[in-house]
Amino acid sequence: MSEIQFFTLEKRQIIYTFVKNTVIMNNIKINRGLNIKLKGMADKSISDTKLSALFAVKPPDFLGLAPKLSVKVGHEVKAGTVIFFDKNRPEIKFTSPVSGKIYAIERGARRKILEVVIESNNKQEYEAFKKGDPNKMSKEDIVENLLNSGIWPFFKQRPYGTVANPESTPKSIFISAFDSAPLGVDYNYVMQNEGKMLQIGIDTLKQLTTGKIHLGIDGSEATIDAFKSLKNVEITSYTGKHPAGLVGTHIAKKDPINKGEVVWQLNPQDVVVIGRLFSEGKFCASRTIALVGSEVSKPQYYKTMLGAKISSIIGDLVSNDNVRYISGNVLTGTKVHKEGYLGFYDSSISVIPEGNHFQFFGWITPNFHKFSISKTYFSWLMPNKEYTLDTNFNGGQRAFVVTGQYEKVVPLDIYPVELLKACITKDIDKMEQLGIYEVLEEDFALCDYVCTSKQETQEILRKGLDLMIKEVG
Amino acid sequence: MKFIRNILDNIKPHVQKGGKFEKFHSTFDSIETLFFVPDHVTRVGAHIRDAMDLKRNMFTVVIALIPALLFGMWNVGYQHFIATGQEGSLIDLFFFGFLKVLPIIVVSYVVGLGIEILFAQIRGHEVNEGYFVTGMLIPLIIPVDTPLWMVAVAVIFAVIIGKEVFGGTGMNIFNPALIARAFLFFAYPSSMSGDKIWVNGLTDGTGITDGFSGATPLAQFTAGSTPNDLILGFADKHMSAFDMFMGWIPGSVGETSTLAILIGAVILLLTGIANWKVMLSVFAGGYLMGTIFNLVGAGHPYMEIPAYYHLIMGGFAFGAVFMATDPVTASQTETGKIIYGLLIGIVAVLIRVVNPAYPEGMMLSILFLNTFAPLIDYYVVGANIKKRLKRAKA
Repeated sequence: MSEIQFFTLEKRQIIYTFVKNTVIMNNIKINRGLNIKLKGMADKSISDTKLSALFAVKPPDFLGLAPKLSVKVGHEVKAGTVIFFDKNRPEIKFTSPVSGKIYAIERGARRKILEVVIESNNKQEYEAFKKGDPNKMSKEDIVENLLNSGIWPFFKQRPYGTVANPESTPKSIFISAFDSAPLGVDYNYVMQNEGKMLQIGIDTLKQLTTGKIHLGIDGSEATIDAFKSLKNVEITSYTGKHPAGLVGTHIAKKDPINKGEVVWQLNPQDVVVIGRLFSEGKFCASRTIALVGSEVSKPQYYKTMLGAKISSIIGDLVSNDNVRYISGNVLTGTKVHKEGYLGFYDSSISVIPEGNHFQFFGWITPNFHKFSISKTYFSWLMPNKEYTLDTNFNGGQRAFVVTGQYEKVVPLDIYPVELLKACITKDIDKMEQLGIYEVLEEDFALCDYVCTSKQETQEILRKGLDLMIKEVG
Repeated sequence: MKFIRNILDNIKPHVQKGGKFEKFHSTFDSIETLFFVPDHVTRVGAHIRDAMDLKRNMFTVVIALIPALLFGMWNVGYQHFIATGQEGSLIDLFFFGFLKVLPIIVVSYVVGLGIEILFAQIRGHEVNEGYFVTGMLIPLIIPVDTPLWMVAVAVIFAVIIGKEVFGGTGMNIFNPALIARAFLFFAYPSSMSGDKIWVNGLTDGTGITDGFSGATPLAQFTAGSTPNDLILGFADKHMSAFDMFMGWIPGSVGETSTLAILIGAVILLLTGIANWKVMLSVFAGGYLMGTIFNLVGAGHPYMEIPAYYHLIMGGFAFGAVFMATDPVTASQTETGKIIYGLLIGIVAVLIRVVNPAYPEGMMLSILFLNTFAPLIDYYVVGANIKKRLKRAKA
């Protein structure tokens, strides 16, 4: 072969490899939605948390889980030791995030396990798990490693939102690094230095699906290097109002779910944990979370561990007694007690005032301090104002009256009211036809917010999803 | 405010569980929530909620009705003073009309809310705000001389048969205000038709100047007039399209002034309370049908009425802005609303032109389309279902 021919052949090979592995960036504009600007956005600084002795894993965080304990109070554990598993699927294990000993097992009504509390010994000893290059490992070995280390529960599946079934193969895996919810986490800031672990995590995910790994990022900001250099993943930037950052929105735009198909979703920080498992052989679930809300005197980011006690992060930063502590964001988070723990899937703690007060003729007054999507208020004239919103219902619950409201904040190709009514009437065929497989409650959180009749749309949808799990599976 | 709060707090223990008047708690709740937005906090779902509630929504519609109401009151006085040959200032005319219309409004609200409170009591929940609006709509769509007892009977019929039997606010198929009007139309036809009922005192006849005609433009067209020989009150005064638009003509209390109704429409559209698709479609559909008749109906006087006349005569504008836009009884999908609106406009003009004996074409058209609104939605949603199935097979 002449030199020129040889060079051309090599160049073609190089180009081919480049195109196969590189990131494909495109932008999708989301036209419907609502941004709720609240006071108490996290400052861009990360602090370490004060030493917390206690951590907890909470079985209620996992849909449909019937937990069976592997430990008792006083039992010594390391990070990665199994503390309980799913009675119905014993291969799915839940492990301790820290080393120490089991401090308490909190139970609720009918002896339901609410929290497994671990007292840390501050030494952070790890159970040893397999490590290696996921590109060279078999799918079975990878799945086994993820199950044994307790990382598996990070995988949520659609439909239904349950912990993914290890025996199924999803048609794609979605990760969203765009938190568009009110006071959301800025993943561009948090993930800056996590590129290496993120890549290993993505390489692991690649072995688990026949389709693509999708990463959604915030289109209104420049892409950070940690994302730009990623391989084996299709990156799409989204611009628009919330829920532009939700996985549900991304799935609907890129790879809609049909009956019988399964898609898995993960938080970006959980992908990093996967990366750490395969590179270091340990379950290291440390993460950066945002402490936000109008009632926090100094909202910012904190480096902490999965299941941390929220008081270790909050300290004395909240002086108001009449507040609500939320693990997660104000739309989809869970109310926790002041002495409670961070939820498994949550990356923020929101603290807002309770709204247990009357307001004289509040339904007529101009209410400049309240935010509303409605133009009968004045918030639409002040798009950059930040609001202190409390937990007051702002009205009484009524039947569905106003129409066209939910459609303004649901950018999916579904009819929200029809779907909700099918859930209420327990019409399984209708739910299927109208797209129950494509949505989770978080996609309807804004419907909860804007509803004039104060309907509990997330709760209605959850009941519909539970019915589908029971009847269809 | 503290004064009212204290009174309510004193009564509260007696109406709550275990109190002596426990079963009146829904009536108490209704009164309390009128004065105070309650202190209930979110329990499940989103922790924060929009400041908007149904009370504010209904209140805005009532505000939008005020221009039509005020003009209507003045017009009642104006028509009467012309008919009796009297002179009067703006205030005289308005006050006359005010005294004639106010009793109807009072009866409408007292009877209507009374029944709503009764049903809320039976069902054990708060009085729903639906009647805030219906109570104001009913007086505006009836002739001013309607006897008060007739209004009361119509309200009872409308609230019970038109709304409560279906489950209350949000569950009704038909527009309750139009049910009241339809009830009056079919139960007491002699009081609801003819040329004498639209101007106060005409049926009586006392003091009326000879030669005064209280015929509405629609009635005159039915009698065979052309747009050129419409009269306004007396034979020497011509009724022009401008007169019909401004509204100083005979008709139901609130429906005559297209201008006042349009001011209400602007309020509803700016605040986003009413859907512009429905409003625009109704006007478009009416104009379309009127134009079709203009094109095919040469020689037939009723078909030759200029298409735009239909939009300013009778109850068309009022129905388009305040009745068709009722979210509960209209189609619920955005595409459905356009089809629904177009059909209302088309059917209203169709009824008017093809069967001039039925003067309340708009009312009948809206009630007719109320029946079909769910069917329109069925097909619109059906398209989405088909799309999803096709995608699953692909």
